Amino acid sequence: MLQIFVKELNGFLNSLIAYIVISVFLTGIGLLTWVFPDTSVLEYGYADMETLFSLGPYVFMFLIPAITMRMFAEERRSGTIELLLTKPITDWQIIIGKYLSGWVLVAFAVLPTVVYFWSVWQLGDPAGNIDTAGVIGSYIGLILLGGIFTSIGILSSLVTRNQVVSFIIAVFLCFIFYSGFSSLAAINVWGPGAVLLEQLGILYHYNALSKGLIDTRDLLYFVSVIMAILLFTKMILGSRRW
Amino acid sequence: MSILIKDLVKCFGTQNAIDSVSFEVKEGEIVGFLGPNGAGKSTTMKIATCYLTPTSGKVKINGLDVTERPEEVKKLIGYLPEHNPLYLDMYVREYLTFSGKVHGLRGIGLTARVDEMIRLCGLTKEQNKKLEALSKGYRQRVGLAQALIHDPKVLILDEPTTGLDPNQIIEIRNLIRSASKDKTVLFSSHIMQEVQALCDRVVVINNGKLVANDQIESLKLEENKAVIIKVEFSDAPAREGLSVIDGINKVEDMGKGIFRVEADANSDVRPAIFKYASDNDLTLVGMQQEEASMESVFHELTKPGQN
Repeated sequence: MLQIFVKELNGFLNSLIAYIVISVFLTGIGLLTWVFPDTSVLEYGYADMETLFSLGPYVFMFLIPAITMRMFAEERRSGTIELLLTKPITDWQIIIGKYLSGWVLVAFAVLPTVVYFWSVWQLGDPAGNIDTAGVIGSYIGLILLGGIFTSIGILSSLVTRNQVVSFIIAVFLCFIFYSGFSSLAAINVWGPGAVLLEQLGILYHYNALSKGLIDTRDLLYFVSVIMAILLFTKMILGSRRW
Repeated sequence: MSILIKDLVKCFGTQNAIDSVSFEVKEGEIVGFLGPNGAGKSTTMKIATCYLTPTSGKVKINGLDVTERPEEVKKLIGYLPEHNPLYLDMYVREYLTFSGKVHGLRGIGLTARVDEMIRLCGLTKEQNKKLEALSKGYRQRVGLAQALIHDPKVLILDEPTTGLDPNQIIEIRNLIRSASKDKTVLFSSHIMQEVQALCDRVVVINNGKLVANDQIESLKLEENKAVIIKVEFSDAPAREGLSVIDGINKVEDMGKGIFRVEADANSDVRPAIFKYASDNDLTLVGMQQEEASMESVFHELTKPGQN
């Protein structure tokens, strides 16, 4: 698992992918948070980081599928998957290794935004007038959300050997998981089932975490969705044996 | 360390890619695996390397079943897949190190092994290049180096010389020969000279079925039941004149005074042909007895419509 993880991470760092992902994320989020008047903290007048946490998921929705789209699709197209699957490593080691490398790259992209927290902290009047618990909860939520998006990306990468198709499937699934369920729940046909439907989506749990209340139920939601998607990925990878 | 394949069947949908194939590769043996394209060679090898699972039948590597204990089997095998897939964005040394690590090599042992593979496969000059910058011949060497990195006892090579130029073919062949001492080797090919040069024994399959499993020499003998003689006259005589000679079974007119004569293997008809020529005042300009080559054996065994 470690070898796959290191190999994939080296692959990101040796190509332009890692640098482009990190710089695009930071530039985009930086512009939204500090420059564009519609969303800028400076114009808003309140010391919070709402912009980062509400728009970050939408940036991830495109960036993470771009990171993960090649992971299995490329291996299948070039045939190296055969090489990998005939080495003495298990399917799980391959999947987890690839998954973690993608997730770590996402975490690397988020990490520098801690500077924003410090800036907003300083800008508060008096300094430090910011909902620190909310920010910590939001960061945990954002990283876990990145975890779900990465697992969706890996799954989409496995179902096709075409990277573009993989990217589009992943963006669509990320969107459905993020806000699709909440939006569907808003349709007035579900009755009491609407709450359940809303709870299936990421947004419900993400919002709960961003209030600074780190509830194990929300954490459990993230962990179980990631595990379920990876399990599904494992089944598809194992289906070559059927 | 042996490879045992017993009643192997693999279906893709309704099509039988492999239909009840059984053979064995004994310890230390080099066996050539022949067959036309699409005969099921690669599928058999993919099953033996745990990439695919058989529909029915057994494949055992050193007594270990590939479906029951794939993790142990994978450790024993060095595999070079068809078309030699490589991570083209990696460097030679990096790639070999990665392959070694996946096989559980670590530290000094790993470095020593990578160095040895680079030396053995003649990659010293190329070791700091990216794989995509290498020529096809060198990529093939890297493919072999990665298959050999953990010093496997069983080597499975799927068409290791396809697409190489004649010099590279000889280099790769020498490499296989030197690397395969004290190893059990199964390799597929459709280059007959290669099989003759390397193998103790050949296994031939056609349309998913086993058609031959024998020493090269005995296969050739079997083919030699009839002798083919090419006879050339300066001016063309009638075909019928030749066919009456005792021992000649069939005469084929190839045009321009050349005849292809098929005769019994146990009687030499050449003196009779010569006598026929001198009796009829014909000028005999050439007479050549054809040796059954591996090519004709292959051709004969895998004729369409057979089995």
